[in-house]
Amino acid sequence: MNPLHKLEAFKLDVLKEVGNIGAGNAATALSRLLDKPVDMNVPTVSLIPFEKVADRVGGFEQVVIAVFLRVEGDAPGNMFFLIEESSARKLLRGLLSMETSSEDGYSEMEYSALAEIGNILAGSYLSSLADFTQLYLSPTVPAIAIDMAGAILSYGLVQYGEMGDSALLIDTTFLEGREEMAGHFFLIPDPESFEKIFSALGVPNE
Amino acid sequence: MMHENVVKVGMADLNIASNGAILKTTGLGSCVGLTLFDERTKVAGMVHVMLPSSDIAREASINIAKYADTSIPHLINLMKQAGAEPRRFVAKMAGGAQMFAFTSNHDSMRIGPRNVESCKEMLKKYSIPLLAEDTGANYGRTVEFDSMTGMLLIRSVQQGVKEI
Repeated sequence: MNPLHKLEAFKLDVLKEVGNIGAGNAATALSRLLDKPVDMNVPTVSLIPFEKVADRVGGFEQVVIAVFLRVEGDAPGNMFFLIEESSARKLLRGLLSMETSSEDGYSEMEYSALAEIGNILAGSYLSSLADFTQLYLSPTVPAIAIDMAGAILSYGLVQYGEMGDSALLIDTTFLEGREEMAGHFFLIPDPESFEKIFSALGVPNE
Repeated sequence: MMHENVVKVGMADLNIASNGAILKTTGLGSCVGLTLFDERTKVAGMVHVMLPSSDIAREASINIAKYADTSIPHLINLMKQAGAEPRRFVAKMAGGAQMFAFTSNHDSMRIGPRNVESCKEMLKKYSIPLLAEDTGANYGRTVEFDSMTGMLLIRSVQQGVKEI
């Protein structure tokens, strides 16, 4: 049995708060970039079977833009910022006043703008998390891909694959104005990282 | 037109089909979709391999469909039970991509190529010829295998559709 099944409600709440703080800072950063209010949903923390992870973003074959970075340091894990294509175009228009070139494909400039947005958001998520937990967390250079959500997310589940068929992830959705911007943050700490996060936050280990 | 019967293969899952039913698995990234086929009996099998070897498993009871070294022998047995003859088996496979290319010494970042290697080793061990493959690169794939023709259809966002 996956040891994560044993996480009690209290610990899940702690992880939710961790997600809340990180994503809150990322939402503030995004709001500054766009010069518009950006809201976010309360993060969900759940142990999800691999098969269901991609459902969060519209299914395995849903095409998404993903910025991925590996978190190294005291509590390693994987981090994804995912947005749907329509939201990406909205972002580019809002941010750069770019009339997006074509419906199929992105210019070099648009591509690197999206990578940079992901970079800024992931960076602000992570640094607030590091401040809060006093853990040393260092992100790798982010990589960007436009592809099927299943192919992208499964890449972040490999560490879990060795111990079960589900992963614990912290998921936050962003909303811009009334419209759902359909931006998702997934933080997938490595299985070994949970104890470190809990002990950094003073949660007793029984 | 006949209504085609699609048998879904999930992540870390395997299944068999026959006589024109389609085996399908979606969103292969670093995972490998491997198919076996006996043309005479029209029995086909597909596995969605997630990890190269069960040696690294830390599960209490392992999911044999997840690992290349345990899923392939199991698939061979299932197909045998369905009346197929392993001596006639041929294989095709797709997937094993490196979705993101960047410098990290973390072992799991090279999981795609390792999955491909491990699948090939298993095929060699069982003397099953690999007829065609579409592996590696940096993009996701959805595959469908036709148990009538033995054709493997590969769809990707960046590269469109191809058949091998």
